Amino acid sequence: MMQPINEVKVEFISKSSNESFARIVAAAFVSQLDPTVEELTDVKTAVSEAVTNAIIHGYENGSGYVRMQCKLYADSVEIQIEDDGKGIEDIELARQPLYTSKPELERSGMGFTVMESFMDKVDVFSEPGKGTKVVMFKTFKSISR
Amino acid sequence: MHIKFTNRGTTLIIGIKGELDHHTAEYVRQKIDSEILKSTTRNIVFDFSELSFMDSSGIGVIIGRYKNILKLNGKAAVVNISDQIMRILSMSGILKIIPVYKSLDDAVSALQE
Repeated sequence: MMQPINEVKVEFISKSSNESFARIVAAAFVSQLDPTVEELTDVKTAVSEAVTNAIIHGYENGSGYVRMQCKLYADSVEIQIEDDGKGIEDIELARQPLYTSKPELERSGMGFTVMESFMDKVDVFSEPGKGTKVVMFKTFKSISR
Repeated sequence: MHIKFTNRGTTLIIGIKGELDHHTAEYVRQKIDSEILKSTTRNIVFDFSELSFMDSSGIGVIIGRYKNILKLNGKAAVVNISDQIMRILSMSGILKIIPVYKSLDDAVSALQE
């Protein structure tokens, strides 16, 4: 694996107001590469989904810390979003479009599908009772071209 | 986050300004639901011309309001959406039940037919 040219780690409590904080931080950091506005929006959207999952599902709106790590490469970014919450029993099921473990919340169950669609690669690591880590990777085609 | 309501006949136009995510969704939901109840609303149109960001939380908000207006025998539509929001809406399948129109005028006249 190539070496990142820059890296940032931020940690914040699981408050929903930090969803916009996290996606703005990620977008600002990625901006160093000068991607297109569309590519930046893709990153913001994916980060928003992952952080929202950590807050609603990981911590079930209780308190805890969410960690975000962004690694910048010459023409790409890797973003990890991690929580120490309840974890996911069945990752494959959780990733299904329209699946939601909390149907009472009027949520669409599209979080992982949106992440997969807006990023090139999404890996999910989780252990019940321990937490969840989502690792997303995206190459900025406007730069690599 | 700011929500602007405009009535055109029995159609309620809901202009959402700002970012629609999980954090702002609850506020948006409550605002719209109470507005639908207090006015003589039959149909609703979401105007997203001033929506600068939306993630999948927005899908839940739209579908929830659609269900509420359906109970009142009304219809719902969406106008002025960005490419990014269009992608989110189309992957959710929501466009099969809630049409997107090019302009507010198109939406209002289509719903009132």
